[in-house]
Amino acid sequence: MTAAVAVFPGTNCEHDVVYALDRVGIESELVWHRETDLSRFDSVLLPGGFAHGDYLRVGAVARFSPVMNEVKRMAQEGLPVVGICNGFQILCEAGLLPGALIANRDLAFICREVEVEVTDTETVLTRNAELGQRLRIPLNSFDGNWVDPSGTGRVVMQYVDDPNGSQGRAAAVANEAGNVVGIMPHPERAIEELLGSADGAVLLSAMTG
Amino acid sequence: MTSNTELAPEENALPEEPTDDRPPPVHRLLGMTDDEYRKVCEILGREPRSAELAMYSVMWSEHCSYKSSRTHLSRFPTEAPWVVVGPGENAGVVDLGDGWLAALRIESHNHPSFVEPYQGAATGVGGILRDVFTMGARPIALWDQIRFGPLDQPKNRYLLNGVVAGIAGYGNAVGVPTVGGEIAFEECYTGNPLVNVMCLGILREDELVLGTAGEPGSIAVLLGAATGRDGIGGASVLASASFDEESGTKRPSVQVGDPFEEKKLIEACLELYREKLVVGVQDLGAAGLSCAFSEPAARAKAGMTVDLNQVHVREEGMSAPELLMSESQERMMAFVHPDNVDIVLGVAEKWEIDASVVGEVQGGGSLDVYHDGELVAQLPAASLSEDAPKYDRPLGEPGWMEDLWSNTLTFVARPGIADSLLKMLDDPSIASPAWAYEQYDHMLFLNTVVGPGHDGSLLRIKGTEKGLAVSTDGDGRLCYLDPWRGGARLVYESALNVAMTGAKPMALVDNLNFGNPEKPDVMWQFRETVEGISEACERLGVPVVGGNVSFYNETDGLDIYPTPVVGMLGLADPIPAEPPRHDRVADGMELWVFGPERAINLAGSAFEQITFGHVGGRPSPPDPTMAKAAIEVAIRLAAESLSPALHDISDGGLIIAVSELCIASQVGVTASYEDWRSLFCEDPHRFVAAVPTEHTEAVATIAGEAGLPAKRFGIFGGTEISFERKGARGAVDLEVATETFYNAIPRRLEH
Repeated sequence: MTAAVAVFPGTNCEHDVVYALDRVGIESELVWHRETDLSRFDSVLLPGGFAHGDYLRVGAVARFSPVMNEVKRMAQEGLPVVGICNGFQILCEAGLLPGALIANRDLAFICREVEVEVTDTETVLTRNAELGQRLRIPLNSFDGNWVDPSGTGRVVMQYVDDPNGSQGRAAAVANEAGNVVGIMPHPERAIEELLGSADGAVLLSAMTG
Repeated sequence: MTSNTELAPEENALPEEPTDDRPPPVHRLLGMTDDEYRKVCEILGREPRSAELAMYSVMWSEHCSYKSSRTHLSRFPTEAPWVVVGPGENAGVVDLGDGWLAALRIESHNHPSFVEPYQGAATGVGGILRDVFTMGARPIALWDQIRFGPLDQPKNRYLLNGVVAGIAGYGNAVGVPTVGGEIAFEECYTGNPLVNVMCLGILREDELVLGTAGEPGSIAVLLGAATGRDGIGGASVLASASFDEESGTKRPSVQVGDPFEEKKLIEACLELYREKLVVGVQDLGAAGLSCAFSEPAARAKAGMTVDLNQVHVREEGMSAPELLMSESQERMMAFVHPDNVDIVLGVAEKWEIDASVVGEVQGGGSLDVYHDGELVAQLPAASLSEDAPKYDRPLGEPGWMEDLWSNTLTFVARPGIADSLLKMLDDPSIASPAWAYEQYDHMLFLNTVVGPGHDGSLLRIKGTEKGLAVSTDGDGRLCYLDPWRGGARLVYESALNVAMTGAKPMALVDNLNFGNPEKPDVMWQFRETVEGISEACERLGVPVVGGNVSFYNETDGLDIYPTPVVGMLGLADPIPAEPPRHDRVADGMELWVFGPERAINLAGSAFEQITFGHVGGRPSPPDPTMAKAAIEVAIRLAAESLSPALHDISDGGLIIAVSELCIASQVGVTASYEDWRSLFCEDPHRFVAAVPTEHTEAVATIAGEAGLPAKRFGIFGGTEISFERKGARGAVDLEVATETFYNAIPRRLEH
């Protein structure tokens, strides 16, 4: 089976995600945001970037892209739905995850490796990891500060140090069923020692169970 | 379009006798001299129409025509067997072997960044990307060389913040990583910051596209953003004139960037290339449509007929000169076989960008431009570029050079080593630029093996064994003190930086930032710098494949230091198994220095400038033989995994090079020295390295074979950076050094 990697105009991490999935043995295919049928896929991943330019609130336009109907269907059917960075923002805007992502505490873009700790292993992204496992993964965002006034969000990974003010030091959040996960750092950027860290593999490899 | 009618002259004749109460003729307002205007009349055999005058004024501007510099630029060595495209196209292209090519280019956006720092820097990034993907390459990385006045002045803090935010805002969103660069501060850049951006792209051999219009019958398709009134006169009015207090009124000449539009444009163009749907492509930068119509036609030895009413516009009622001069961003001109026009429009539709058919290539060399059914311009296409004026401006060694050289610093007492070290680590030009590069996405595409914070960057090319190294380096102070020596040393430094990643230097691009070329002093500095760069490139066998000249970097009559910036590309094939990085030093490794010990000379050093506020004396000339030996040895140490960390001895000297390794690796050092001044000397043929004890024999042998002096002078370990001589020691706590180094820039911005 194959994972769908959704590409919006302005998405820019799609090729990196395909490369990283391939390295952990998952076949994937790019699908354009106008796609209306993802029935041939058994999971979907929303990569990072700036969907539709993000000139409004991040993810606010992307949630209306045609492909999002299929993403919602897959979420309801319990299939793995993962959003990385901008993908996380889109999942929140689409109501598939609680809360929203606002500007970093220091109002500056942050691109550097951070340390995160796995706090919940009952999700499609963390099920291959161990509870309490610490991972080094690059962060790369301006709006990475997760806020959840409802208090219902399920934090599945936490920053060890707090880089951006995120509520509960949340680095990754899941829905109640654990099949929809948003993660702010980029696991696909931590896929080879040559580039600094291979810790992202344990997360991406979990997408097929 | 109407039939080809004879053009009538228009009211813009030279005044018979200039008087004060007559308005100046239009050509002068457009930045054109009376002589240049006469030359236009000569070419046309009549007075130009307003649209024609608009085209000549932008195409013959200093920025577009290089009219003051072309005479000297021909000095650069530009040939090598691996050069596929040299200077003159949108970007230089070199052959990496196995069917891979690299495209590279550097550009300045100094003046726009001073007027509006965010958009000035952002559109600088957008422009350089288009230069590279115009060649058929996917842009894979950016480097930024930025220079400002001291941060104690609020205006300079505003400019730094704005420029860094602009680079981040555009580069991150367009999706091309910024993997390196340099930030420097010097009083002379207060009224005139420098923003130079370099871009590297890669492509397969069969994907190379040139800026040609192709055969008669080819169709010109304008792709991307709608044309508006922004940036009109950017090249002529803004980039080719000096600044004064009125410069704020030039803000409308700055363009506004849209990275989202550019991202879609990149993807659409790359698809057009992959599907072989274009015969040629030209980006729209300075001089907008004037350039995009004329240059590709001239390269194809053809002409073109154009209908300006077909151009998709952002606002109504634009005149022909406005349409021709607009520098609206994110536009490309594709030249397409008539059979493929519909397919091309379909690709544009898929990527959600606008496209319009605006012209057709014709035989002969005439460029005929129609607007509202009238022929508004008819001129030889090639005359806009090939007939541009070329000036051999007067030049002469400034009278003050001798005084400058004799103004050397005499030390009555030895300054404290620890104090001097801390003071330099706290200087924003030497301190960590992490504050800036952590705002840039420097990891996208998963190629960044050695990223920002190092001497040179190293990128891998996925699916191959190859690594591409790039170092961008700039210098003002040394070139001010001796432009020839400064220019040459810059090339050697850059080549050494590339070598320390394990790559062999193979091509150079340069960005020459200078003052007012109408001053003989400035033209002398320019020629000397070009000579110095050329000589060093010849010695190293490195061709110059492209460049950019930025003149008129003066404000209120004060010229900047002559400031060349170079970008050196190197190839590592295969990429080292364990590429050296500054953070790979471990306890117990030995500290070595490679390169000759030459007569002490601190002229132009960061030490004299930071510690004593002194800029004077004459810097040492480079030693080409030793420079080549150092490069050769550095490549072997990196390629054979004999040293996990190397650092050149440039800004701040040996003591800073060693300290930066300690700070990055969080390990102390104990090192010895003989003459304290040697700790602060800067030298383009020397570098320091951490050597594991098991490799000491091998590195000594390699250095010996190359005829390069090498010696061990310290050992890593402990929690202090300590330099000792005969029992006396100057030591700085590693934690204090680290804190100072990373906080120097942020703490100055917290005002």
